[in-house]
Amino acid sequence: MKVLVAVKRVLDYNVKARVKADKSGIELANVKMSMNPFDEIAIEEALRIKEAGKAEEVIAVSIGPSQSQETIRTALAMGADRGILIETDDEVQPLAVAKLLKHVAEKEEPGLLIVGKQAIDDDANQTGQMYSAITGWPQATFASKVEFEGDGLKVTREVDSGLESIQVAMPAVITTDLRLNEPRYAKLPNIMKAKKKPLEVIALADTGVSIETGLKTVEVNEPEEREAGIIVKSVDELVDRLRNEAKVI
Amino acid sequence: MSTLILAEHEDGALRPATLNVVSAASQIGGEVTLLVAGQGVEAVASAAASVAGVAKVLHADDAAYANEIAENLADLVLSQADSHEHILFAATASGKNVMPRVAAMLDVAGISDVTEVRSSDTFVRPIYAGNAIATVQSSDAKKVVSVRTTSFEAAAESGGSAAVESIATTAASDKVSFIGQELSQSDRPELTSAKIVVSGGRGMQDGSNFKMLDDIAEKLNAAVGASRAAVDAGFVPNEYQVGQTGKVVAPDLYIAVGISGAIQHLAGMKDSKVIAAINKDEEAPIFQVADYGLVEDLFDALPELNKALDG
Repeated sequence: MKVLVAVKRVLDYNVKARVKADKSGIELANVKMSMNPFDEIAIEEALRIKEAGKAEEVIAVSIGPSQSQETIRTALAMGADRGILIETDDEVQPLAVAKLLKHVAEKEEPGLLIVGKQAIDDDANQTGQMYSAITGWPQATFASKVEFEGDGLKVTREVDSGLESIQVAMPAVITTDLRLNEPRYAKLPNIMKAKKKPLEVIALADTGVSIETGLKTVEVNEPEEREAGIIVKSVDELVDRLRNEAKVI
Repeated sequence: MSTLILAEHEDGALRPATLNVVSAASQIGGEVTLLVAGQGVEAVASAAASVAGVAKVLHADDAAYANEIAENLADLVLSQADSHEHILFAATASGKNVMPRVAAMLDVAGISDVTEVRSSDTFVRPIYAGNAIATVQSSDAKKVVSVRTTSFEAAAESGGSAAVESIATTAASDKVSFIGQELSQSDRPELTSAKIVVSGGRGMQDGSNFKMLDDIAEKLNAAVGASRAAVDAGFVPNEYQVGQTGKVVAPDLYIAVGISGAIQHLAGMKDSKVIAAINKDEEAPIFQVADYGLVEDLFDALPELNKALDG
């Protein structure tokens, strides 16, 4: 079985997003970019499945500008076997990503697609569910545990009031939540080795998939700043102010 | 123009989140229809019918909808999509699970986590953990939207008198089945709808120390939350997590204890009306958003606070 994993190049987790002066978006020139943290968890899970003997090959797919090759190389350094980049400089929304992943899956025929539950840039939380809807593969979202059971998978999911488990047939799509695993760091020899692993670059136009969308961003603004309040001297003063000034307790 | 909302419910009652979505729908304008799907949910359907602002309730009763399986709920929503321009969901774990499926099956963009309705086609939503606010406009024939519940007032549970109509059910998926659930046992109010939230961070040092927060929460009738750091460290389960990748809360009072205030955490709580923070590090970023900050070791402050609340 092949496992397909989607990885996205995003503004690094530790870098504060700054809105561009013309309000068209976020400043991404000359800032640190990294793999979306949930996608690292997705790669890690795929590698563990392979290491457990349940899969033969892990393929990392990214959709985005040429620099996304670096993100794929990170996945390869972690242990993925090969990479595919669908190259485009245009904005690609979740539905288009789902369609492009479907395009790749039709050729590669994986048994499993693993994606992060959300990307920390657009915070959409849509791609996995959309992929499931357009392919008919069952979805196991917000996964915190994945076990092979019978011909399918038993997946434990994070829901608002705790955990639930579902059984899904394969092929299936999994979206990762934080507690699924702790991703490994790429070791230096593996980073060197990753440079030699195959990475196929496909022009968006060659996929025949349209990424047109009816949703456009009108403008992007800074959030309203919350003003810092006061420092109180004691617990008693805190309780007094919460009671008599803010009147919230 | 009309809006269809997938209602959420548990234990025979509407979830409060659905009331917030009704308010968002009212702002869009047009007739509001609530879709109540489940097994043996007549009582929920009648409760839905009395929510202020609801014109119609669609009631689908079938085992397929008993456990919020996204495939089955999405197919049902789709069967009703023709007569509605807007289809709304709460941005809960369940709503987030279903909404993108419906959008994809209609071949339209999904609009996640809307915090403001500008017009029937223009919405505001946070991106980058709330460090930027995007205004987006949809030219799609149908707008498929999830609503951030803390950004909209709850509609009144009474005052409406909608007609309830039973609708044809759709087939259950044979590729997914529900096995079971492990819900956290808590007598505390639900995190996203509590008036007061007491949250602990890495500074709590150990899961057992959350007992101190539980005791204080008990006295304040508050919910207990946590930062991602505390969840990652295994102090508390994930459903406690407040932040970009957890829950978004906006209570009247948020008390952050031993939480440094990373941007990812602020994303989940900075719309709280009043924020109090207890942290021994006076440089902690949480103090930049707190209305009341107390620079003190939490292991000294919490027992004092517990005692002061008796007074």
